[in-house]
Amino acid sequence: MSLSYSAQVVLAGVSLLGVAGGVVGSFALLRRQSLLSDALAHAALPGVCVAFLLTESKSSLPLLVGALVSGLLGTLAVTTLVRRSRLKADSAIGVVLSVFFALGIVLLTRIQKLPLGNQSGLDKYLFGQAATLMPRDVATIGALTAVVLLLVAFFYKELKLLCFDREFGASLGWPMRRIELLLVFLLVTVVVVGLQAVGVVLMVAALITPAAAARQWTDRLSTLLLLAAAIGGGVGVAGTLISASWANAPTGPAIVVVSSAVLVVSLLFAPRRGLVWARLRARALARRIRRENLLKDLYLEGERRAAPGALVGWSDLMGQRGQGRRRLSALARSLAASGLLARGSEGVRLTAEGEAAARELVRRHRLWEVYLARRLELPLDHVHRDAEVMEHALTESAVAELEELLGWPERDPHGRPIPRRQGLAAPPSPLRGAA
Amino acid sequence: MSPALVIILVGSLVAASCALVGSFLVLRKMALVGDAISHAVLPGIVIAFLLSGSRASLPMLVGAGAFGVLTVLLVELFHKTGRLHEDASIGVVFPVLFSFGVLLISRYANQVDLDLDCVLYGEIAYAPWDQLKLAGQLLGPKALWLNGLVFAVNLLFVGLCYKELKLGTFDPELAAALGFAPTLMHYLLMGSVSLTVVGAFESVGAILVVAMLVVPPATAYLLTERLSRMIALAMAFGVASAIAGYGLARWIDASIAGAIGVAAGGFFLLTFLLSPRHGLIAKALRHRRLSEATAEQMLLLHLKAEGQGLSREHLGRRFGWSEPRLEATLTALTQRGHARRDNGKCYLTESGARFIEATGQELIRDRG
Repeated sequence: MSLSYSAQVVLAGVSLLGVAGGVVGSFALLRRQSLLSDALAHAALPGVCVAFLLTESKSSLPLLVGALVSGLLGTLAVTTLVRRSRLKADSAIGVVLSVFFALGIVLLTRIQKLPLGNQSGLDKYLFGQAATLMPRDVATIGALTAVVLLLVAFFYKELKLLCFDREFGASLGWPMRRIELLLVFLLVTVVVVGLQAVGVVLMVAALITPAAAARQWTDRLSTLLLLAAAIGGGVGVAGTLISASWANAPTGPAIVVVSSAVLVVSLLFAPRRGLVWARLRARALARRIRRENLLKDLYLEGERRAAPGALVGWSDLMGQRGQGRRRLSALARSLAASGLLARGSEGVRLTAEGEAAARELVRRHRLWEVYLARRLELPLDHVHRDAEVMEHALTESAVAELEELLGWPERDPHGRPIPRRQGLAAPPSPLRGAA
Repeated sequence: MSPALVIILVGSLVAASCALVGSFLVLRKMALVGDAISHAVLPGIVIAFLLSGSRASLPMLVGAGAFGVLTVLLVELFHKTGRLHEDASIGVVFPVLFSFGVLLISRYANQVDLDLDCVLYGEIAYAPWDQLKLAGQLLGPKALWLNGLVFAVNLLFVGLCYKELKLGTFDPELAAALGFAPTLMHYLLMGSVSLTVVGAFESVGAILVVAMLVVPPATAYLLTERLSRMIALAMAFGVASAIAGYGLARWIDASIAGAIGVAAGGFFLLTFLLSPRHGLIAKALRHRRLSEATAEQMLLLHLKAEGQGLSREHLGRRFGWSEPRLEATLTALTQRGHARRDNGKCYLTESGARFIEATGQELIRDRG
C-alpha cells in the first residue's frame, strides 16, 4: 500500500503522539494518576474555545496554548480541592472534569452559532480527527514530542524516584514538589498535543492503555518507557489506518479499540504476569499436590496396616479425600507412568521409588508438626492442617535446617514415627542427638 | 405545557434522580465509577437502536442497563487480576466501551439516528417536541415520562433500602455482619446508576450526566454531616442548577445541558468558598482567629513570667513578629484591658493576669 503525502503526514503525527503519550502515560499509570489525566484532558476544552474566540484563528498553535492554560488550571483545581476541601480525590476529579467540560460545551455551542463558527472545526477536539492534521501541525507535534522526551531523559532519575519513593527523594533534599509539577506539565503538554488526533473524551485511554499493556511485560522502568512508546506509536498508526479506511470514522475511538486489544493480549499472555500462565501454573501446582497426596495416602495406609507397600483397594482410596473413581484412576495412571506406583484391577501399591517419595513427604509433614508444637507451642489439634500445606512447599534445604533445629526428633507430636531419609541411618553427630 | 417548562422539568427530574444515587457514589468514593458508567452505556444504546430499529425507550433501557452493569463487572475484573490499580482499570475500561459505541454510530450512521455531538451533550432542547404516543393518543413529552419513571424508581429504591445503603456506605463490615447484604446493595446501586444514566442520556448526554451525578452531591457534602440532609440539599442544588442553567443557556444562546453543568459548577464554587463550616473563607477566618488568640495568650504569658513592663523592641525580638502583627496584638489586648501601655513599655493588668490564669487552668483541664 503506497501512501499519499498527506497520509504520511498524518501517520507521522499520530505515531509521534503515541510515543510521547506512552512515555508520559507510564508515569501517570505508576503514580496512580490515570484519572487525573482524564480530568485534565476534559479541562483543556474550554481553553481551546476561549483561544478560538480571542484569536478567531484556525491554526493550532494559539488553540494549543489555550488548552495548555486551562488544562493546568484544571489540574490546579483538582489538587486545591483535594488539599483544601473535605472532598476525596474521586469526587474532586469528577467535579473538575464535568464542570470544565460543561463550560467547554457551552462555549463550543456558542461558537457554532457565530458566523465564523461553522468552519471553526472545533468539533474534532471532541473525538479527534487525525485526517485534519496539516504538515504544520505535525511539525508542532514533533517539536513538542521532542521537548517532552528530552525532559524525561534529562530528569529520568528524578521522575523515577517520584514514582517509587517520593519520601526518600524528599529526605535527600530533592525538590519533589517541583518534579511533581514537571510531570503535570509533561502530561498536560502531551494531552494538548493529542487533542486534535484523539479528542478530549478518549485522551485518557491514549495515555494509560499503552502504558498498562507495556507494564505487563516488564518490571523495569526504562523497559516500560520504551515498550509503552513502541505500543503507543504502533496503535496510533493502526488506529489511523483503520479510521481512514472505515468511512472516516473518528480516529480517537479507533486508536482506543486497537490499544485495548493490545492490553487484553498483554494481560493474558505476557510472560510471568500473564493471566494464562498464572492459571497454568496454578493448575500444575494443584496437580502436583494431588499426586503427592495420593502417594502419601498409600504410604499411610501401609503404615496403618504395618505392611509397607501393601496393595490398597480403590474403594479405600476413594474414601480418603472424596475423589471420584475416574479422577483417581487418571491420577494413578499418571503416577504409574512415572514409575511411582503399580496398579491393578483391585487397587494400587507403591513401587520402591514411590515409597521413597512418599516417605519424604510424610517426613516433612511430621517434622513440621513437631516444629509447630514445640517452637510455636500450638495445641496438637492445630498442627495437622498447616502441615498438610507445608509438606508440599518445604524445600530440601529447609527440611534439613528444620531437622537440625529440632534436634533430629524421632516422633511427631501425635507419637507416630518420623521416617528417616534413606541412606541416612542416624543423625550425623550423636552428641547433638534427640533429647 | 410551555416548551420552557418541559425543559426545566426534564432537567430537574434528571438532576433529582442523579442527586439521589450520586450522593451515595460520592460518599462511597465511587464518583468516577459513575463517570465510567455514563460513558460505557453508549454501545448498549446503539445496539438497542440497531436491533429494534427505533428510538423506543424500553430496548434502550435494557441495552444500556446491561452495559452499565458490564462496566462495573469489567472494572472489578481488571482490578481483581491484581495487574492494574483501580483507577487504571476505570481508565482503560470506559474509553474502550465508549469508543466501541462511537465506531458503531459512525459505521451505521445511516441506520442510527444518533448524532455524535448529542452523545456528549444531549438534546434536551428537543424534549418538548418528542411526544409519547400510545394507541394513537399523545401523552406528552417522552423525556418527561422516562425521567419521571427513573426518578420514581430511584426514590423507591433509596426509600426502601435507606438503612441498608447508609450502613453499607459508612460501615460495610458492620453491614455485612448484621446481614444487610452490602454486596447486593452495591450492585443494586450500580444498576440504579445505570438506569439513571440511560434516562438522562438522551437529554443531557454522557458527560453532563457526570456533572449531575457528582457536582450537586459534592456541593451538599461541603455543607452537612447528615446523609438525609445531604441528599435533600443535593437534590435542591440539582434542581436549582437546572433552572439557572436554562436561564443561562437562553441568555447566551448555547447548549442547555452544558449551561446546567456550568450552573452546578457555579453553585459548587460558591459553596466551596462560603460554606459556614467547610468553606475556604470560613476556614481561613477560623485559622486567623486561632492564631490571634494564641499570639495574645503568648504575650500575656510572657509578661506574667517576666513580672515587669517590657518594651516593644523586646517583645518584637522575643516572638519574631512583624511590626504590624505586634501592634495588632497589643491593640487588641489594651482594648480588652488585659494590658496597658505606658511610656513605650507594656504591662500586664489585673484583669490580664486573671484571664491568663483562667486560660491556663482551662488548658490543663482539657489536657487532663
